[in-house]
Amino acid sequence: MKSNSEGLIIDGVVAYIDRDNIDTDQIIPTEYLKSIKKFGFEDYLFDGWRYKDDGKLGITKDQRVIDENFILNKNPFNESKILLTRDNFGCGSSREHAVWALRDFGIKAVIASSFGDIFYNNSFKNGVLPIKLEKKEIDFLFDQTQQKVLELSINLQKKEINCGEKTISFHVDKHLIDRIIYGLDDVDITLKEKDKIFDFERTRIEERPWIFK
Amino acid sequence: MKTLYDKLWEEHHVTQLDSGESLLYIDRHYLHEVTSPQAFEGLIKKNLKPWRLNANIATPDHNVPTTRGNNFNSESITDEISKIQVVELDKNCNKFGIKQFDIESNKQGIVHVIGPELGFTIPGMTIVCGDSHTSTHGALGCLAMGIGTSEVEHVLATQCLKVSKLKNMNVRFEGEVDEHVSSKDIVLYLIGQIGTAGGTGYAIEFSGSYISSISVEGRMTICNMAIEAGAKVGLIAPDNKTIEYVKSKSFLDDDTFNHAKEYWKTLKSDDDAKFDKEITIDVSKIKPQVTWGTSPEMVLNYDESIPTVFDTKDENKKNVELARDYMGIENETKLSDLTFDKVFIGSCTNSRIEDLRQAAEIVKGKTIASNISEAIVVPGSGLVKEQAENEGLDKVFTDAGFIWRDPGCSMCLGMNPDQLKPYERCASTSNRNFEGRQGYLGRTHLMSPIMAAYTAINGTIGDPDEI
Repeated sequence: MKSNSEGLIIDGVVAYIDRDNIDTDQIIPTEYLKSIKKFGFEDYLFDGWRYKDDGKLGITKDQRVIDENFILNKNPFNESKILLTRDNFGCGSSREHAVWALRDFGIKAVIASSFGDIFYNNSFKNGVLPIKLEKKEIDFLFDQTQQKVLELSINLQKKEINCGEKTISFHVDKHLIDRIIYGLDDVDITLKEKDKIFDFERTRIEERPWIFK
Repeated sequence: MKTLYDKLWEEHHVTQLDSGESLLYIDRHYLHEVTSPQAFEGLIKKNLKPWRLNANIATPDHNVPTTRGNNFNSESITDEISKIQVVELDKNCNKFGIKQFDIESNKQGIVHVIGPELGFTIPGMTIVCGDSHTSTHGALGCLAMGIGTSEVEHVLATQCLKVSKLKNMNVRFEGEVDEHVSSKDIVLYLIGQIGTAGGTGYAIEFSGSYISSISVEGRMTICNMAIEAGAKVGLIAPDNKTIEYVKSKSFLDDDTFNHAKEYWKTLKSDDDAKFDKEITIDVSKIKPQVTWGTSPEMVLNYDESIPTVFDTKDENKKNVELARDYMGIENETKLSDLTFDKVFIGSCTNSRIEDLRQAAEIVKGKTIASNISEAIVVPGSGLVKEQAENEGLDKVFTDAGFIWRDPGCSMCLGMNPDQLKPYERCASTSNRNFEGRQGYLGRTHLMSPIMAAYTAINGTIGDPDEI
């Protein structure tokens, strides 16, 4: 991400995957969930589509059979920071590893017509911005990808996507995007309310004692 | 005026933050080996401890081999990487003093099976776990949802979840079902109707005469798959059946239980509660359901034809084409034309005692078809396994040619050695038919335990009434 006088910008070439319901098992298969680390998932992003062989945790990209037809293996899309896709991206399993894999690959924004609830929530905690657009806007962007190597510029403060001839506004709750802009930590924020949590808990122990047995 | 979800939300609402989000107090937090190590690491880095120790219950389930036999411990796992994760859970639970039903415990099992069965899930609770199928616990009138690892750390550290309120949906199931139709068929049918994004942004309450008529275990199957309809929360108001079920599992003394019971009876949506969306489904016309593709919404009556690109709307053509290709559907026109290689009965959706009883009823006295190379039954927990063995169900299965395993998530996601080989076709009672879900290039067809048992015997999909 870079910053200019207009605010924080994510820009560059858009990689696109034209299908609905890309579940988190596709974003990162179960095998790689055996890792106990929070980083190092870049080689396993879209593993089932990116390679022509079965992978294992610890085996890196250069030891695999690469599917040259998959978009993230093609130049210039192998360096994309923006991913365009369709409906219900990130549905299924709650694995935060899906966001970690996108982040580690270098993806900073995902544009789709809708997202799985848990994935959407996980994204903001790891600096990946999920952008929901109307289906007709998604269609427009896909049309553009068929005509040229599409480059976009996303302004986080203005909540705008600029694609040359056209500017598309998007909505995202302020508190969510602030987490990305300022890199806020939820635990720190919540612990400022420590006293309220203690008070709530004390009352609850009296009123609903069975919960605490 | 309030829905059950509204009431549970208000009951647990600690405060509203400047951001507009709310802090919800979490009563119960389940942990397993896959989504917790990074959360514990975060806790340690911040020099924090779990806020309230006895809120947390842990068990290893995703990685554990199901051929453990006796004298097996965490160190016995042969997959070195899986072993590290299970051992890490042991270490973290020991370090912080969290109660764990470890791999050696006879009460170990799939986290969503052991929670209710050991009395740790009781009505009116907020429950979270780093697993999307946490919605299962909603069947007992809980506000339960899956969370990511960052949130696991957050709940450990603060006993709260930072969330915005969901919208309310009511799905009313009315009528009576045919003999071989189970709650799995009902929820698969719903997903086929509203799609895998149909419930996104909603908490779905399931209600109606059908829900009242079924057991608590059947209700768990329905809430379990709310997430496959896009809803991270599925819930059902507790009734007398729920209270009896909870009583039979409870470790509470009688006075406390009776006190709680009075409160639990208030946990229902008001008659004039306002839902943002309402759906009514007549269950009497629903036939056994089987998925054909790579999303749970690609589901059909067992006797229907598989869609082709020619009979699909433009916007969906690509999805159908990709799914047919992955599933290896070429000349087959009907589900009954497909030949199966493996059968899996298990998972947090369908591995409880009633599921095993229903499957056993079908296979009793029969033998699995010659084209089935392997059929496995994986009980959801040590206690389910023990109960099934007491009833002789293990014998019914093994006599028919099934393999009887130790508890765990197993082939639902193939994180342990139970996996499909490339291109193998599996009749599965699990919850996801995603590409590669049960093993690299494996092909999954979701169905009920009754239909999976029938497919094992028959070798292909058919009418379970005929057996």
